[in-house]
Amino acid sequence: MANFVVARLLQSIVVLFVISVMAFALVLLSGDPVTMMMPIHASDADRQVLRHELGLDQPVPVQYALFVGHALTGDFGQSIKFNQAVLPLIASKLPLTLILATASILLAIVIGVPLGVATGVREGSTLDTLSTILALLTISLPSFWIALMLILLLGDGLRILPVGGSGGPQYLIMPTLALSAHSIGLVTRLTRAGVAEQMHQLYVTTARSKGLTERAIQLRHVLRNASGPTVTMIALQFGALIGGSVIVETIFAWPGAGWLLMEGVTARDLPLVRALVLVIGSIFIGLNLLVDLGYRYLDPRIRY
Amino acid sequence: MTESAVAAPPASIPASTSATAEASRRGRRLPLRGQIGLAMTVVVVLVAIAAPLLAPHPFDDQELSRSLLPPAWLKGADPAYPLGTDYQGRDLLSRVIFGARTSLAVGGAAVVLAGLIGVTLGLLAGFWRGWTDDVLMRLADAQLAFPPIVLAVGVLSVVGPSPTTIVLLLGVMGWVQYARVVRGQTLTLRESEFVTAARAMGASSSRILLRHILPNALGPVLVIAALNMSAMILAEASLSFLGLGVRPPIPAWGSMLSEARDVFAIAWWTAVFPGLAIIWTVFGINLLGDAWRSPFSQ
Repeated sequence: MANFVVARLLQSIVVLFVISVMAFALVLLSGDPVTMMMPIHASDADRQVLRHELGLDQPVPVQYALFVGHALTGDFGQSIKFNQAVLPLIASKLPLTLILATASILLAIVIGVPLGVATGVREGSTLDTLSTILALLTISLPSFWIALMLILLLGDGLRILPVGGSGGPQYLIMPTLALSAHSIGLVTRLTRAGVAEQMHQLYVTTARSKGLTERAIQLRHVLRNASGPTVTMIALQFGALIGGSVIVETIFAWPGAGWLLMEGVTARDLPLVRALVLVIGSIFIGLNLLVDLGYRYLDPRIRY
Repeated sequence: MTESAVAAPPASIPASTSATAEASRRGRRLPLRGQIGLAMTVVVVLVAIAAPLLAPHPFDDQELSRSLLPPAWLKGADPAYPLGTDYQGRDLLSRVIFGARTSLAVGGAAVVLAGLIGVTLGLLAGFWRGWTDDVLMRLADAQLAFPPIVLAVGVLSVVGPSPTTIVLLLGVMGWVQYARVVRGQTLTLRESEFVTAARAMGASSSRILLRHILPNALGPVLVIAALNMSAMILAEASLSFLGLGVRPPIPAWGSMLSEARDVFAIAWWTAVFPGLAIIWTVFGINLLGDAWRSPFSQ
């Protein structure tokens, strides 16, 4: 187990390194940031001063080392658009994204798991076929289209929900619905597949012959055994939802990290974009690590 | 513990043979929803091919005087524009029809690129094993450890969007699932007797890989490609919606929805029809891929 943890940690560090190189290259490839930051009429001497201040007159590997060094101390530089330090800016927006992603994953679990169990134990029933097709349909719906339709129906049409911004819980409803549709379909399908497979196992027959109720068998035995892939997927979905929040947050003007990323991209605010790529990537890697390590507690058969 | 270990093998053998029999029986004929999916997909492909014949107007024919005409069945409509017009007065139907070309071309090219990269790397990893395998599979982990849309947005913000960039980006980001499956297949196939036989006859590694292992490993790849196609189409639409994908004047469903954002509150048709086109296409391919996959997965 200890070996596995160490190996897995090392692997995460390698991935983090790759991402940091990519984030660094992002700015390097985009041309001379000095040209973008200085007014057109600035003198060459002024440009040189700024270039020196930013460390851009150093060789590329040194620049990378400086970037990582600063990043490790929490210094990601200044946002050009918002004219403030990048990290506190991201820290102030990230909680909103986490709230949105958490609400979406919860909705996906609350709908997807019971539906998956109900259909998995009745393989081939009408409910099963219907739910399979519905799940495929939700997976096929683009989140931005759901968002536009929700705004059209609930926001502009019935005027029961605000069409954008953040505030009370009513602001959370439409973004959550739009963001979670895809996950609802995935969780349903995966839970159904797992449960259907487990229902054929001999321990189910044993449990029945012991006189356990179907409900007890489904919840205590089958669901527990079928939960492995679902839990993995839910954790990975959480990361995907943070990525997907880029689109949904932009539509609903939900001022989270995804919204901030698009603001940064539109304004070509590369220090901000770079830091967001790095921060979101780190969260994603951290989640993956937790899933792999936590898996063992769900499935004691796995030994490292 | 011992009891279940003894009981397990005899029970699993009949189960798996009946599953195989079932799979081969079903493999001959697609289930109904697979056929529906196939029909939906064929419609999109035909529409894309025949776009210039089907579209009543050129896709870029603007005329502000007919801005935001409603669909034909509503009051104030012009029957020449069956699904209405967008803000710039372009025929929505013609743009939806031509949009099919963009979706299929970008999605298809991205699938082919991802497949080529993935299959090649998967073959090499499974055949050579050792450090090649280690490096490639860790690379795959790294790739999966990153939310693709964030990476895509980051890259596109720097290199600037175009259909070519999108294809390259989606293709390069999408190789992992192909590589994993092909690697698995190759690991099994390289130990099989016909590979040993080929080797004994003096066949070179590349000949064994291309003529013997590759054809046998391709079955699952086609299924992945089908399901991957719908994901690629959705990805292209998402990026185009964010203004980072296919841009005007090329008609793409995602960018049509992006343009609709400013006006859909007063002209719902601008947002509804391009969205329905995406859903029709993606849902059709998903139905087909899903039905097609079931015989393989058992």
